[in-house]
Amino acid sequence: MSIKRREFLKLAGISTVLGFGGVSAVTGLRRTLEASEVMPNPEALVAKKWGMVVDMSKFKTEEDYQRCIDACNHVHNVPSIDNPKKEIKWIWEEHYENAFPGNEAPYLSEKIKELPFLVLCNHCTNPPCVRVCPTKATFKRKSDGIVMMDMHRCIGCRFCMAACPYGARSFNWEDPRPFIKKEQGNYPNPEFPTRTKGVVEKCTFCYERLAKGLKPACVEASKGALLFGDLEDPNSEVRQVLGSRYSFRRRPELGTQPNVYYIF
Amino acid sequence: MYNGGKILIGLLIFVGLVTFPYWDNIGKATVKPDPKVDTPEIMKLPESERKCVEATSFIKTEHMKLLNEWRDWVVRDADGVYTNAEGRKYTMSLQNTCMKCHSNKTKFCDECHNYVDVKPYCWDCHIAPKEKEI
Repeated sequence: MSIKRREFLKLAGISTVLGFGGVSAVTGLRRTLEASEVMPNPEALVAKKWGMVVDMSKFKTEEDYQRCIDACNHVHNVPSIDNPKKEIKWIWEEHYENAFPGNEAPYLSEKIKELPFLVLCNHCTNPPCVRVCPTKATFKRKSDGIVMMDMHRCIGCRFCMAACPYGARSFNWEDPRPFIKKEQGNYPNPEFPTRTKGVVEKCTFCYERLAKGLKPACVEASKGALLFGDLEDPNSEVRQVLGSRYSFRRRPELGTQPNVYYIF
Repeated sequence: MYNGGKILIGLLIFVGLVTFPYWDNIGKATVKPDPKVDTPEIMKLPESERKCVEATSFIKTEHMKLLNEWRDWVVRDADGVYTNAEGRKYTMSLQNTCMKCHSNKTKFCDECHNYVDVKPYCWDCHIAPKEKEI
């Protein structure tokens, strides 16, 4: 008995509505593990929207910057590659003209012109990298607003690098493992994965440390120069500071709504 | 049959080539995989505590799916803790949970993966524990 096109479409429609259409292997797994459940670590730091304030007045010596950068590089096994075309950066120094292009007033003080700013992924409220990712390897986490990377999904197309106006993303042109700095007896950090050739990486606001109840590595190492907290909580430290002092963000004209603020 | 001889010879060569993997392996004893779970970390535990996150039979067949789920829960949903059927809680992490007990990657993971010739890319990024002599 043949089935008419109209009947076939009806059937297909009904089965989709009833959910017969998309039963995956994983749904089956969920059923066998009925008794199991997942939840956030009770000790985890939680926020609606994580944000950071960089207090530039507290960065006085090169050591102040390097402490934060080294802490991050070590915790995340970030390789140090000298070739600027292949380097990997999570948090780094940038001169004013590059960090805040378009703001170079002609008589800007030499001090500000020469001052390196500490820059990192802005974890934008409206992240262009997320919009362009064809595999959803990079995504904005709903629970806390962190712009995350799922390395298993990244196909290395580098659309996100083209989309990010802050240069916060780096591509692994080769296996990063040989370039990971040998730290004291702990090489590489066995608690965190490395990356592999062909994926894009960037700052993740230390999601793995937040899950354990720790603040990001750079914040911990900064001795108060970097403030970190919930931007949606009016009583948080970051909001108190932003409410009382003049702050600015990188390239606000683009509408990406960065969540990393700078104060002097 | 025209050119019967040539066809038959051709057929024989064809069948021979297609079945090559089979008769090439005849008589070769393949060592049965024998994954070991006797790491110092596991042996330290009392007998009653020597249990995996889920039942062994489940882990044997479904560990790859479970790990995929764990990844999504941790990375995408910010859920870090897994409660199994018995109510025990575990941090969902290949490097920091699974491999803390199974510190013998070569005898635990590779043993079967090599046997069935699968090459999961876990260790391209994840760091395998340093293996100690038992």
